[in-house]
Amino acid sequence: MSGIESWFEYLSKRWDLVASTLLETLGYVVSVTVAAAIVAITVGVLTRNRAFPRELSLAIASVFLTIPSLALFTIFIPVVGLGFWPSFIALFLYALLPILRNTVTGLQGVDSSIVESAKGMGMTRLQILFKVELPLAWPVILAGIRVSAMLTVGISAIATLVAGGGLGDFIKSGLARLPLPNSLEAIWTGVILSLLLALAIDSSMRGLGRLTTSAGVRS
Amino acid sequence: MNAHDLDPLHEPRALIELVNVEKTYPGAEQPAVRDLSLAVREGEILVLVGPSGCGKSTTLRLINRMIEPTSGSIIFEGADVTNTDPNKLRRQIGYVIQQIGLFPHRTIAENIGTVPRLLKWDKKKTAARVNEMLELVGMDPSIYGPRYPRELSGGQAQRVGVARALAADPDVLLMDEPFGAIDPITRDRLQNEFLRLQAELKKTIVFVTHDIDEAVKMGDRIAILREQSIIAQIDRPEVILTDPADDFVENFLGSGAILKTLTLNRVRDLDLAPVPPVLPGASRTQALAAVEESSSGVAILLDAQEHPVRWVDRRSLDNAAKPIEQAGRSVNVMLQPEDTLQDALSAMLQTSTGMSVVVDGRGRYLGCVTIESLASLLVQTQNGAA
Ligand SMILES: Nc1ncnc2c1ncn2[C@@H]1O[C@H](COP(=O)(O)OP(=O)(O)OP(=O)(O)O)[C@@H](O)[C@H]1O
Ligand SMILES: [Mg+2]
Repeated sequence: MSGIESWFEYLSKRWDLVASTLLETLGYVVSVTVAAAIVAITVGVLTRNRAFPRELSLAIASVFLTIPSLALFTIFIPVVGLGFWPSFIALFLYALLPILRNTVTGLQGVDSSIVESAKGMGMTRLQILFKVELPLAWPVILAGIRVSAMLTVGISAIATLVAGGGLGDFIKSGLARLPLPNSLEAIWTGVILSLLLALAIDSSMRGLGRLTTSAGVRS
Repeated sequence: MNAHDLDPLHEPRALIELVNVEKTYPGAEQPAVRDLSLAVREGEILVLVGPSGCGKSTTLRLINRMIEPTSGSIIFEGADVTNTDPNKLRRQIGYVIQQIGLFPHRTIAENIGTVPRLLKWDKKKTAARVNEMLELVGMDPSIYGPRYPRELSGGQAQRVGVARALAADPDVLLMDEPFGAIDPITRDRLQNEFLRLQAELKKTIVFVTHDIDEAVKMGDRIAILREQSIIAQIDRPEVILTDPADDFVENFLGSGAILKTLTLNRVRDLDLAPVPPVLPGASRTQALAAVEESSSGVAILLDAQEHPVRWVDRRSLDNAAKPIEQAGRSVNVMLQPEDTLQDALSAMLQTSTGMSVVVDGRGRYLGCVTIESLASLLVQTQNGAA
């Protein structure tokens, strides 16, 4: 039997498991990306006019990315136990930097003369933020969110090591059983589904980008 | 319409007053504006002009409180607004900057509707006003309304900037080098358009420039500023040009001060020479008759839109081999009534006849001006001033 055929057979006997782990990974991606976007955009907005807190928060977010993932996933177990939460926290910390970085870049990229004329017409600070600065920075911010979502798909495979579920389960069980039958098929399942999920998320976020970006600033 | 046309005994009331205003930027040792008192009269264009860094923009931005004065007060329409809500004040004052700052993510129509929306006008009223504004600045609303700023040329963007500033019908317009970043030809056209507009609208305008020629052309009054926005002289342009207060002003005016008096008068002040038009489709005989009747021996051939196209004289019409549409020389340089005599002189020097064609805002033929009419006006002015 060829590799592909045996993989399909492996899959066909486990649709339920495939679906539930896929959903778990998707759950991480959505919850982590949303939470990280809320926090990172808020921080980026609050620090946009002050260099020191801005650089400090960027530095902190960068430090998270340098911590080895295995360590970051396990470090919170004493506090929150095993399962979803240590994985969520680790993924959340990783997802902050791309969004924060792009929020800062996007807001700094707004031409100061545009803000000047908005102020000159009597728009309040909040109106300028929500009607001018954020809409203009949005394509850049969204690109950051997309990177974070991709990052989360990949790194969430580690969640299986702290009993967090997700597509990593296939990879872990395959690795543990190598070279027994179906072990390679299990690894493929984890890898290929992660890849497909990443592609699906990427293209749907590009679509979202087109829908939410004004034709006047679309490239 | 110009402040100097008005009876000096009935000095118009001051719409904006700066009283002992001082501004020191945080961290600066010297104030950028020192103890400035200045009144802007209703309906005038007051030009602030001075060397780079003298505090023109700072002064302008103090008026709509883009920056807060360190001390002193700002009076707007008779009320002290130094400590009122700045956003409310700004919605009553149009503001145009050199970079224009159109919102790239909004259509032209939405850009122009910005202040009406802030003032909570209803949709219908805003839309009607937006169309009116676009027409005012000579742009077709159905074509340009739905476009985005990046689809505009520099000159069009500048017109939209002015339309946006005028949308809520403010009494006052603040303009910081509005035509500074535009090529000379377009700038000249925009200046003319703007003066025509102002003749109708009669707004109170504070206009910043570092270009003395632009100041003389645009200003009913000019304030020449030195470092720290100290007023070196404030008066009507002709007084400043003929009677500079001190060396600083004289230096700032430069060597061509007498020549600049050419920018004080407009083409519309000149007598039009009787150069008859030849309508499209006219026969050679009719054209010749027009030339005969003309005291200068030339006539102007018009096209169907009444745009002047060619100069014709007797000799060029005698050549029967050429259709009259190709007789004579083409009209290359045209003046508008708002152009200065300086523009007129340089236009006349480009034609061998010392004559130049004048057209209205839509390019329709009005008549011709001659170097003699220019000279006689100058003599009159000199005698009048003496
Ligand atoms: N935001 C600011 N913070 C600190 N100093 C400033 C600020 N804006 C202007 N200045 C200083 O105040 C002085 C006046 O500046 P301003 O911009 O008013 O000059 P200007 O006459 O408009 O010059 P230009 O013709 O070059 O536009 C300058 O010395 C400038 O460096
Ligand atoms: Mg300036």
